[in-house]
Amino acid sequence: MNNRLVSWFKYASPQSFYPIAGKMIPWFWALAALFGVAGLYVGFLVAPTDAQQGEGYRIIFLHVPASWMSMFIYLVMAFWAAMGLIFNTRLSGMMASALAPTGALFAFLSLWTGALWGKPMWGAWWVWDARLTSELILLFLYIGFIALQSAIDDPRRADKAGAILALVGVVNIPIIYFSVKWWNTLHQGSSVSLTKSPSMAALMLWGMLLCALAFWMYSIAVALMRARSIMLERERHTEWVRTMLTSKE
Amino acid sequence: MLEASNLECVRGERRLFAGVGFRLEGGEMLYLQGRNGSGKTSLLRMLCGLTPPTYGDICWRGESIRKLSEEFRSELCYLGHHNAIKEELTPLENLRASARLAEESLDEDSALDALEQVGLRGREDLACRYLSQGQKRRVALARLVHERRALWILDEPYVALDPAAVDLVAGLIGAHLQRGGLAVLTTHQTVEVPAGTVRELRLG
Amino acid sequence: MLSLIRAVISRDLRLAMRRQADIVSAMFFFIIVVSLFPLGIGPEPELLRKLAPGVLWVAALLATMLSLPRLFADDHRDGTLEQLALTPQPLGLIVLGKVIAHWLVSGLPLALLAPVLGIQFDLSSDALWVLTISLLIGTPALSGIGAIGAALTLGVRGGGVLLSLLVLPLYIPVLIFGAGAVDATVTGLGPQAHLSLLGALTLGGVFFAPWATAAALRIALE
Repeated sequence: MNNRLVSWFKYASPQSFYPIAGKMIPWFWALAALFGVAGLYVGFLVAPTDAQQGEGYRIIFLHVPASWMSMFIYLVMAFWAAMGLIFNTRLSGMMASALAPTGALFAFLSLWTGALWGKPMWGAWWVWDARLTSELILLFLYIGFIALQSAIDDPRRADKAGAILALVGVVNIPIIYFSVKWWNTLHQGSSVSLTKSPSMAALMLWGMLLCALAFWMYSIAVALMRARSIMLERERHTEWVRTMLTSKE
Repeated sequence: MLEASNLECVRGERRLFAGVGFRLEGGEMLYLQGRNGSGKTSLLRMLCGLTPPTYGDICWRGESIRKLSEEFRSELCYLGHHNAIKEELTPLENLRASARLAEESLDEDSALDALEQVGLRGREDLACRYLSQGQKRRVALARLVHERRALWILDEPYVALDPAAVDLVAGLIGAHLQRGGLAVLTTHQTVEVPAGTVRELRLG
Repeated sequence: MLSLIRAVISRDLRLAMRRQADIVSAMFFFIIVVSLFPLGIGPEPELLRKLAPGVLWVAALLATMLSLPRLFADDHRDGTLEQLALTPQPLGLIVLGKVIAHWLVSGLPLALLAPVLGIQFDLSSDALWVLTISLLIGTPALSGIGAIGAALTLGVRGGGVLLSLLVLPLYIPVLIFGAGAVDATVTGLGPQAHLSLLGALTLGGVFFAPWATAAALRIALE
């Protein structure tokens, strides 16, 4: 057990992880493309036209997976943040920083596709329903994390401060979600809800899952790429980066 | 009692020092020297436990200070660049507040006595905002008069002091060393301390 | 333990009393912001009465946030924060003391001032009563949670605005339950549910947030 723990920590140094990440990235891009094509095929070509909502509903094949990913990435980000704080490893902090922009992107995508769905359906670009509002707040949390990290010059302090913010955020997300749901149900009245999705045929669920997998693979690929450039930037004064960059020339 | 081994400090992107180690026993003073920017203040802050070293370990009474934390801090007195006094409070209030926060009892008479020893008699009830730089420094140093904790870490204690005050502080440090205390300090002035063994460490 | 918290509170209160301008200006900010809404929306009593709970609560949020940077910045600047971090006492308790002191000079005056402003919005006396209580219960949470943001942004560029960006999303549940309580009173539903949830948030915010704040302070001091 001890040996295994030690060998895992070996990969926790940027120096060892850099080449491994480099090898993994093309595979994840390939998987992302594969799942993406499959998901879009199911969503846009195979799944039946909805009786009530026509063709426009197909945007949920992007909207729902994007929401799932934005939430999932925040959890992963918080996980790496916690690892970084507990074990004081540099790589964990870099992973958390690498994931944040992608998470923010999915949150934004979710809001945007939500609006695109809502407009033809309910006539309004934006409705203050519980899910969209929570998604908006999640976007704020991401932006706050990114802003904090970019405002702090010292990378180690930025990692640790961001980690605390991410952990506080993770604890607050269920509270925020609950309170927004409460707020929404109390003020419901005649307002509409985008959570009333069309009754799910199994096929539709498959379409969404495939798209979600595509997004997931994409996130990993992009996060690894971003993490690699963060590694290079932060460790640019070390031996291994110098030798690697000069040997490439 | 205080032992540092293989300390390394990286600030921003520069490595300030590496492989620094020393050992200090009761009654000894470590005189830390080095040019400006060589990392003296960083080393002092590492010894306090404020900054974690990039590499290396610091042990107090044989145990790592990271593990000890509270027990170590209860034996530590740190005087940094800042005076750590509140400008809106009077010297008397400052002394008593810092004593209470350190969970030490300091009655009014002892506090007044300390202020008198550092030459602030008559100004105990004036808000520190109205004192000169040197006088503010003396308020900070007044803590040392009744300070009985074992380890003193002082960053440039003699700055902005006139010769009489410098002698006074040197005397306080000497008395502390005689009681078996330890001291680590940096200063650009060479000051003779009346008692105790002096070790030197040069950075950079 | 209690004596430490009392010592911290009394020190901070004494400091605040000697710098009263800060407290007073935060209160005037509250008053001005509240007055901006009728000016921007129109003086229709029906509309104002409906908007009042939200407006008053948002203004209280913003006024609290204005006073947050001061929580640690002064101590950080003159070196007293370092000394607090070096005492053998748990830093979390010291933070708790500072948060309580902060509430006493910012949240409490706001809560007491709010009913006076609520009259401008023609709220019923029941609603005014619940407004005051909701602010009394909720503002400690604002101080507690805000302290985390203040500690994270200590000495960082972009200070106040960055602090707002971090802290306002976390304030949203407090806002929802606080303003919701007054709303519930106006519509006749009764504020009990909202107020208890608000109370739960405050207990969490005041007792757990100081530990996150202490961790953030130690990071800022490195």
